[in-house]
Amino acid sequence: MASKAITANRVQDGVTIWVGPDENWVERIADAAVFDDVSAETVLRAVKARGGTGFVVDPYVIEVTTNREGPFPVRYREQIRARGPSVRSDLGLAIDRRPA
Amino acid sequence: MALLLENGAVVTDPWTVLDDAAGSDGIPEGPVIVSLERWQRDRAVLELRNAPLGIRLKSHQLAGEIAADLDRFGLVVLELPKFRDGRAFSTARLLRERYGFTGEIRATGAMIPDQFLFLVRCGVSSVEVPDNADLAVWRHALTEITIAYQAAATADEPLSLLRRRLSP
Amino acid sequence: MTHLGSESHAGVYRYDDVDRQFVFERVEQFRGQVARRLAGTLSEDEFKPLRLMNGLYHQLHGYMLRIAIPYGVLTSRQMHRLARIARIYDRGYGHFTTRQNLQFNWIKLAEAPDILRELAEVDMHAIQTSGNCVRNVTTDQFAGAAADEVVDPRVYAEIMRQWSTLNPEFSYLPRKFKIAITGSLTDRAAIEVHDVGLRAKRGPDGAVGFEVFVGGGLGRTPFIGKPLRDWLPEADLLAYLDAILRVYNQWGRRDNIYKARIKILVHELGLPALRERVEQEFAQIRGPRYRLDPEIVAAINDHFAAPPFAEAAVSVSGSLDRHPELPAFGHWLETSITAHRQPGYAGVTISLKPIGGIPGDLTADQMDAVADLAARYSFGELRVSHAQNLVLPHVREDALFDLWQALGPIGLATANVGLISDIIACPGLDYCSLANTRSIPLAQQIGARFSGPGEQQNIGDLSIKISGCINACGHHHVGNIGILGVDKHGVETFQITIGGKVGTGAALGAVIGPAVAFDQVATVVENLVAVYLEQRQAGEPFVDTVARIGTRPFSEKVYGIAA
Repeated sequence: MASKAITANRVQDGVTIWVGPDENWVERIADAAVFDDVSAETVLRAVKARGGTGFVVDPYVIEVTTNREGPFPVRYREQIRARGPSVRSDLGLAIDRRPA
Repeated sequence: MALLLENGAVVTDPWTVLDDAAGSDGIPEGPVIVSLERWQRDRAVLELRNAPLGIRLKSHQLAGEIAADLDRFGLVVLELPKFRDGRAFSTARLLRERYGFTGEIRATGAMIPDQFLFLVRCGVSSVEVPDNADLAVWRHALTEITIAYQAAATADEPLSLLRRRLSP
Repeated sequence: MTHLGSESHAGVYRYDDVDRQFVFERVEQFRGQVARRLAGTLSEDEFKPLRLMNGLYHQLHGYMLRIAIPYGVLTSRQMHRLARIARIYDRGYGHFTTRQNLQFNWIKLAEAPDILRELAEVDMHAIQTSGNCVRNVTTDQFAGAAADEVVDPRVYAEIMRQWSTLNPEFSYLPRKFKIAITGSLTDRAAIEVHDVGLRAKRGPDGAVGFEVFVGGGLGRTPFIGKPLRDWLPEADLLAYLDAILRVYNQWGRRDNIYKARIKILVHELGLPALRERVEQEFAQIRGPRYRLDPEIVAAINDHFAAPPFAEAAVSVSGSLDRHPELPAFGHWLETSITAHRQPGYAGVTISLKPIGGIPGDLTADQMDAVADLAARYSFGELRVSHAQNLVLPHVREDALFDLWQALGPIGLATANVGLISDIIACPGLDYCSLANTRSIPLAQQIGARFSGPGEQQNIGDLSIKISGCINACGHHHVGNIGILGVDKHGVETFQITIGGKVGTGAALGAVIGPAVAFDQVATVVENLVAVYLEQRQAGEPFVDTVARIGTRPFSEKVYGIAA
């Protein structure tokens, strides 16, 4: 069974976020909670219901693998969301989100 | 549903919508609104009534389809099935500017408050909004922008160049 | 350093109290909408169309703000303000697009109204840079300066900007609507790949009129625009546009987002039937209320009066000191200068394509520096080009050397305009939520392959255009070499076309064979160039060689024996 995480962007400032332990939102994917397929969908529904008044934009489920640092996206698109643009590693954005 | 006029006032709706399926003998007294299909089918009966008649157009039913019959109608209702479907804006302008319709033009359906001013400028005279709508937001939407850069269906005060001041 | 006051000669539409009132009202309207969103009374679905009408997208990394640079004209003051916004509200840089817009990629929603206010203070906005409405009208980056200009298109671009702004009838069209206008013999505005393309020209009596094209566009179903009308009198411009838009608004498809552009309506109805509907509509609305008053045209024309050129500046290009001891200056002159209508002046293109850089990106410091240079050398005026470069439109020829020396230290003296490394690339998967593949890194890799001295100059005119998905923001269809990113089961692959071109006689490129992998693309480009260098005749640019010999020799080189 594939490992899943849940991601979105924060309404206020657009920052990319993931669901962490206790269903709080975290800004580093390494801190994200990992779910199985079924519980990911359950949590997503809960997030959508709870976030209906406008805390997050567009929450959805992604596939992740787990490395030494923690979970990391499988798809390249999600890796770019986690790390920032591949062409601007100098932005200091999420350098610590890089995989080990 | 609440009915808002182009000046932001809330009024009671005197019109009744006639179900397409209802038989000809069951038409209520007073002003009724019929679909374009019903009008085309039952025109002979409807014309005999001695009360105002309104017609309701779906968004793909364009102004030209009722142009020849406009003197029969006191009201034209324009449906916006989605707020993104902007055909009603052209229909309203054509009814006013091309065909000289002076009765009420009412917009109904999936509108957002921020479309209210555009609808009014295109010639719409009332909008039907959900009962839970925040009427203050709808009214405010009429006054947020007071300058326009193009002529439309309503009167305005010309300024220099293409600009004009919208009268509240 | 800066010559204060010189900017008063910049050819730009200057807001008066009425325009200012409008744009500030618009800012406060958006402030209210953002407050409703942050308070949770507006859902994202309800908020989306409102933010899009103000240029605020939700992209891969969050909010992106697209700011209109109307028909590509900027003053030094406005460029300084963009630098300030980049520094305070973003991450210190901005990205110039192919549509004469500027994008900031790291915007906070709560700050967006403040940014719009900062823009309004310098006569700028982000109105209708997105949404299903008439978008930023684009034109020739050398408008008002080019030696081959017949009519100044800025005047009509401004008139159309005003007419389209918050147009009550045409703000919820089936899909977006892009208008481009040129007033020169050479079409630098790519009018044939726009929903409506206009060529301003003069009749036998000198009166201005327009040739009208309709239904051009790229995206997943590319079409070259079709001739709708050969002569439209100036006074009928807005009524005729009203007629086109009204026909489109009523009959354009709304059942399928991919078939909703006017090019599909033109294609499905056929040009004669479309023309008949437009002409019928136009016949009914032409009249005093919708007539473009010549006095209005004259008044707007005054905003674009020529700056006070120095008569004494005359030093015809032939006698220009080319500093032979500095060949780099010679290379830069060859690529960066465009003939000016005023003797002794030149239009200067500043490449935003440094080798290994990101096409179209400019840092806040560079924005400030280039704004100062514009104030000193070009009457405080800058332009943004369709090819994602900047232009100083009016530079004295005897100041070109000083200008070049000043551009070097700020990284803006790359001598590659029009050459193989002057690549148009969409933001791609690095920034865009629609993209299938990256596109910027390919531009970087290809540029690096041709960075040897004299190599690009030897190859000559060659445009490479890269799109990271079928939406074609990188205009790959009309690149001499076009590169389209395609996702194949989660792997980035790239389809290559050759022979496309824009401008007069625009053409769509032909696919040369199966898509190739990310790290093969630069090698494929090298192979295509090698075939060209072998096969070309004297003075023949790449795209003409492709037209003469066909795609087959290129395919054979790239894929081995032809299939």
